[in-house]
Amino acid sequence: MRYEAPRTLKAALALLSGANGHARILAGGTDLLIGMRAGHVIPELLVDVKGIPEMTSIVAKNGGFRLGAAVSCMELIEHKAFAKAWPGVIDGIKLIGSIQVKGRATLGGNLCNASPAADSVPAMIAAEALVSIAGPNGKREARVEDIAIGPGKTSLAKGEIITSFLLPRRLPHSGGAYLRFTPRTEMDIAVVGAGVNLTLDKSGRCLQARVSLGAVADRALLVPEAAAALIGSRVDAAALENLAAAASAACRPIDDKRGTKEFRIKVAGVMARRAAEIALARARGKN
Amino acid sequence: MAKQHVAATINGDAVEFLCETHQTLLDVLRDELGLTGTKEGCGTGDCGACSVTIDGRLVCSCLVLGVEAKGKSIQTIEGMAAGAELHPLQRKFLEHAGLQCGICTPGILIAARSLLERNPDPTEEEIRLWLAGNLCRCTGYNKIVDAVLDAAREMRRK
Amino acid sequence: MPDTITPGEKKLRVVGTRPVRPDGVPKVTGLARFGADYSLPGMLWGKILRSPHAHARIRSIDTSQALALPGVKAVMTAADLPEQKFEYVGPERTAANFWHMTRGIMAREKVLFEGHAVAAVAAISKMVADEALRLIKVDYEVLPHVIDVEQAMQPDAPLLFEDMITRGVEPAPDKPSNISKRIEFKIGDIEAGFAAADKIVENTYRTKPVHQGYIEPQACLARFDADGQAELWASSQGHFVIRALTSRLVGMEVGNLRVYPAEIGGGFGGKNVPYVEPVALVLSRKSGHPVKIVLSRDEVFRACGPAAGSVMTVKIGITKDGKIVAADGVFTFQAGAFPTSPVMNACMCGFTPYDIANVRSVGYDVVSNRPKTAAYRAPGSPISAYAVESTMDMAAASIGMDPLQFRLKNVAKPGTQTVWGPKHTHEGFAETIRALMQNPAYSTPLGKNQGRGVAVGYWFNNGGESSANVHVNEDGTVLVATGSSDLSGTRASMALMAAETLGIDYDKVRAIVADTGSIGFCGISAGSRTTFATGIAVVQACRKVIDELRARAAMIWDAKVEDVVWEDGCAKRAGKGPGEVETLPIKAIAAKRTVTGGPISAEVSVNAGGVAPGFAAEFCDVEVDPETGAVKVLRFVAAQDVGRAIHPALVEGQIQGGVAQGIGWALNEEYIYDDAGRLANPGFLDYRIPVASDLPKIEAVLVEVPNPNHPFGAKGVGEANIVPSLAAVSNAVSRAIGRRMTELPMSPPKVLRALDPQRGS
Repeated sequence: MRYEAPRTLKAALALLSGANGHARILAGGTDLLIGMRAGHVIPELLVDVKGIPEMTSIVAKNGGFRLGAAVSCMELIEHKAFAKAWPGVIDGIKLIGSIQVKGRATLGGNLCNASPAADSVPAMIAAEALVSIAGPNGKREARVEDIAIGPGKTSLAKGEIITSFLLPRRLPHSGGAYLRFTPRTEMDIAVVGAGVNLTLDKSGRCLQARVSLGAVADRALLVPEAAAALIGSRVDAAALENLAAAASAACRPIDDKRGTKEFRIKVAGVMARRAAEIALARARGKN
Repeated sequence: MAKQHVAATINGDAVEFLCETHQTLLDVLRDELGLTGTKEGCGTGDCGACSVTIDGRLVCSCLVLGVEAKGKSIQTIEGMAAGAELHPLQRKFLEHAGLQCGICTPGILIAARSLLERNPDPTEEEIRLWLAGNLCRCTGYNKIVDAVLDAAREMRRK
Repeated sequence: MPDTITPGEKKLRVVGTRPVRPDGVPKVTGLARFGADYSLPGMLWGKILRSPHAHARIRSIDTSQALALPGVKAVMTAADLPEQKFEYVGPERTAANFWHMTRGIMAREKVLFEGHAVAAVAAISKMVADEALRLIKVDYEVLPHVIDVEQAMQPDAPLLFEDMITRGVEPAPDKPSNISKRIEFKIGDIEAGFAAADKIVENTYRTKPVHQGYIEPQACLARFDADGQAELWASSQGHFVIRALTSRLVGMEVGNLRVYPAEIGGGFGGKNVPYVEPVALVLSRKSGHPVKIVLSRDEVFRACGPAAGSVMTVKIGITKDGKIVAADGVFTFQAGAFPTSPVMNACMCGFTPYDIANVRSVGYDVVSNRPKTAAYRAPGSPISAYAVESTMDMAAASIGMDPLQFRLKNVAKPGTQTVWGPKHTHEGFAETIRALMQNPAYSTPLGKNQGRGVAVGYWFNNGGESSANVHVNEDGTVLVATGSSDLSGTRASMALMAAETLGIDYDKVRAIVADTGSIGFCGISAGSRTTFATGIAVVQACRKVIDELRARAAMIWDAKVEDVVWEDGCAKRAGKGPGEVETLPIKAIAAKRTVTGGPISAEVSVNAGGVAPGFAAEFCDVEVDPETGAVKVLRFVAAQDVGRAIHPALVEGQIQGGVAQGIGWALNEEYIYDDAGRLANPGFLDYRIPVASDLPKIEAVLVEVPNPNHPFGAKGVGEANIVPSLAAVSNAVSRAIGRRMTELPMSPPKVLRALDPQRGS
C-alpha cells in the first residue's frame, strides 16, 4: 500500500485518477483505519489530503462559512464564530465519537463514509449546506442530502473529492439543533438522529424550516412533511405534535443490533420534536 | 514494498523510525520505539487507552498511521513527568487512588492534561464528558474525577 | 495463629490510612509492564486461527502452505497438545475437567463456538503471521448451532456432545442433551412453608451473557528452551495456577515452567485461566524462539470466557407481617461450549442473606455454542441475586413494607442455617443493612419518573493457599514478597499489614509480587481472598521475623529472650533504673545480623481458613425518560461489611468499581448474535460498558464488623459489592415505571415496551 501526501488539490486529483478506483482518501482516518484493520477495505494507495490548504481552512465569507472538508471536528467546535452562527451543526459534530475521535474526524469523512447514522449529516442537511466537489471533469456543487445514496455508497463519480462545505448566511430569527438517541450518554452510534433548522418572522411565526432524520433509513432523510408541520405555525404544541408524527411516518428503519424498527419509529418523533424545541429557543434568542 | 522513513518529535526529542504504511502510530510507538506506556485496549478508537497528543491535539494513536506522524510533535505518557518531577495529575491520581489496575491510566492522564490545558476549571460534568472516550472498568470513574478536580485546583493556584 | 484486634482496643498506626501504593509511580508514568509490554531478542509474533462457524466438525486441517511461507517459523494444531483424561477434578463448586480445558485452548474433533481456536502460527512479524493464518486450510462440516439457554434445553436442540447425559438426575436420563448437570439444595419443607404463607409472589427472569470487560486483552511472552525448561511472562490473576494449568495442558512438569507475573490490566475472574499461554509455549518449543501473543479486542469477545446468560424462576412466601416462610428458586445457566457455569454458586448464594426455614434451590448447567464461561466477580451470585432480590422487592411491595426493613426483618445472623448445610458464623449483615438505612441519601425525596431500588447480596469470599516471604534488609528496611498477583493495589495492603505488625513506617516496607521460581505456592487473586489469606501469611511471617529480631537483640544485650519485647519497631527491655527502657531499633539489629546469626527472614505458607463472607446492601435511584425508555442513574449508595479496611481508598474503589459493572450489566451490556451464531458486537462500540458520563458519584459506605480470624479483622471486599447491584437498578426502574422488569439488560427499547399501556406488566 502506497501513501502520498499531496500539497495541492491538483496533485491529489491526479493521484486519484491514476489509481483507477483503488485509492482511498485519508482525511481523519477514523473510519478508514477501522475498515482497513477489519480487512473490509484494502486500498492500494492512500491519498492524505490534510496538507491541501482549501481542504483544511475555515473561511467566513459574506456571513456564510466555507469549511474545508478535512478540517477536524475539534477545530470546528473551537471556531468561535462558526459555533455561534451554527450551534445546531455543532450539536451534531460534538456527538461524533470521543474527544480523541473528534481530534481527527472530519465532515468530509463523516459524509462520505455514508453511514446512515452519521451525526453531522442530518444537522448539515437541516442547515441546507452545500458541498463543493472537485474531480477530473472540473468543479461542481451539490446538496449534502444528495451525496449519500445508501450505506457506504455516495453519488460521487470516480476520482471526485469533496473539498469544502458551504453554509449560507443566516437569516435573522433562525435557530437549529441536532439531537440523537443513544443508549449511553456518549460513544454510541445514533439509534435515531434528528436535525431541525427553522426561521421565524418578526411576529414569531415560522417562515422556513428543514427537518432531517438520521439512522432511520439507508441514508439521512430530508423530511419536507415534517418541516411543513412547522411552516406557517407558531411552533406550538400542536405543530410540534404534527412534526413528531410526520417524522415517525417518514422512517424506513431496520432492525439491527442498535435498535428495532418499532423503537426507531417511536423515538424519531420524540427526537425531532425535542430538537425543534431547542431550535425554536435558539431562534427566539434564548440559549 | 519498502518501509517508510519517518522523522518526528516524540516527547520533545527528535526521533526517526521505519514503518510499513499500514502500521498505526500505536504500533510504531509500542513495537518499533519500545514506548509501551501507550496501551492497546481495542484498536478501533472506542476505549482511549492509546491516547496521545499530536501537535497538542488529543487523539487515539490506533486511528493514526505511523506515516502521518511525519514532522509532527507527539506527546506520550512517557513524557508527562518533567524528569523526576511528576505532573500534578500524576501525583493526584496516586493520592486519590484514581487507578486500580492502571491499564487505562496513561490514556486518561493524557486526556485529562489535554482538558486542563483548555479548561483549567472544569466542572465534574465537563470532566466526565471529556473523558467519555476513555473507558475504565475498575474504578467506576469516581476517584478519577476527584483526582482531576484536585489537580485542576492545584494547577490554578500556581 | 491469628489474633483478634477489636476496634478501640489498640490504635492502629498505619492500617486504615491511604498511602500511595508501591506500584503507583510506574503505573502513572507508563513504565509498569503489562502482559503485552515484554519483548525478547529474536522474538516471534504468534497469532491464532479461529473458527468462523458456531458449530462444526473438523474434517481436516492443512497447515503446509502456512509453514512454507517465508518468515513463518512454526505452526501448531491441537495435535501438538497432549490429550487429557475426561474427569472432573477438585471440589464440586470449582471442578475442572482437563478434557474440556484442552479443547477450549484448541479445538479437536469439533469447533463449538465462533472464534474457537483451531490452529496457530509463529512468524517474524504480525503481518506475516496474519498472512500465514489465511493459508491454513480447514475443512469444516458445518452443523446446526444453538446459543440461547432455553433453546439449548429443547429436546430437538443440536447437541454439542452426543454423549452428554445430565449428571445429578436419578435415574439418569436415557437420552443425551445439552444439560450437563442438575443440582439441588434444600432445607425444611417448602410445600408446608408455602401452605403457611399469607402471600406468595413468583416471577421468571432472564439475563443475557455479559463480559468482564477488562481493558487489557490477554497477552503473554513465552520462551521454551531446548532443554525443556520454559519461562513465561503473562498477566493473569495467579501465575502459580497459570503455571499448573499450562504445564499440564502442554505436557510438561510444573518445575520446568517458570512464570513471571506481568502487571495485569483487569481480570475480574476472566484471567484465572490460560488462553494464550499454552499456545505461545508450544509455538516457542517448535520454533526455538520466544513467541509473543497479544489478543485483539475482537478475539477477547469472541473467544474468552464471559459470564452466563440465564433463565430463572423464584417464588417467595411471606406472612402478612413480612416474615419469609418459604423460598424456591430454579436457576438455569448457560455454561458455554463446555461445562461448568457457576450455577452452583448461584444456588448457594441466592437466599443466603436470609433466615428462611424452608428453602429449595435447583440449578441447571447447560452447554451451548459460545465460549465457555469464566468467573466474573462473585460468579453466579449477581445473577441469582437479580432474580431473588427482584422477587423480594415484589414481596415487600405487596405488603407495603419498606424494602430495607423487610430485609432487616429477615436477615441471617450467626446460627442461621444456610441452604447448603453449614450455619452462618459471622456477624455483619444486619449492621450493613442498618448503615444503609441510616445513610442520609436514603431519605432523598424522589421526583416524577424516578424510582428507588434496594437489594442485598452475599458472597462466600475465600481463603486458601498463600505464601509470603519477609526479609529485613541490611539497613533495616523490609522486603515483603508474596505470590499474589496484584490487580488493584494489594501490594499496598501487604505493606500496610507488615508495617503495622513490625511497628515500622509504611515507606520502610517494599512489597513485591514474586514469580513462581522465587516463592512458595500462592492461589489466584480472586474470590476476594488476597488481603485475607495472603495477609495472614504476611502477618505470620512478620511475627516470625519479630521473634528472630528479639532473639538477635537478646544476643546483642546478652539477655534472655523472654525479657525482650517488640514494640514500635524496636526491641525493648527494662533498663537499670526504675522506668528506664533500653531500645534497639530494627536498623541497629539489622546492622549486626552477620555476627548474630546471618540474614533475618521468614517464609510462611498457609491454607487460610476462618473466612468471613462478603455482604452488601445497596440502593439505586433512577430517572426514566418515559418517551424513550432511557434510564439515568441519579445516585447509588453501596454499603458493604469490609471487616476492617486496610487501605480505605482501595476498598472504596473496589465497591465503586463493582457497582459500575453491575450498572452496565443491568442497563446495556449483552452479547448479540446473528442467525449464524456469530457475535455481532465484538467491540467496545456495541458492547456498551458505562462511560464516565453515564455514572453519578457512587457512594461507598464501609461497615466494619471485624473478622476475628484475620489479624486486623479484614474480610474480603472485591466481590460482594456487585452482587446486589443488578437488582438494585432493576428494582429502581421497576418502581419508577410501575411495572416489574424481568429481563436484563434493561435497554431503552425494553423499558419503552414495558411502559406501553397496551402491554400491561
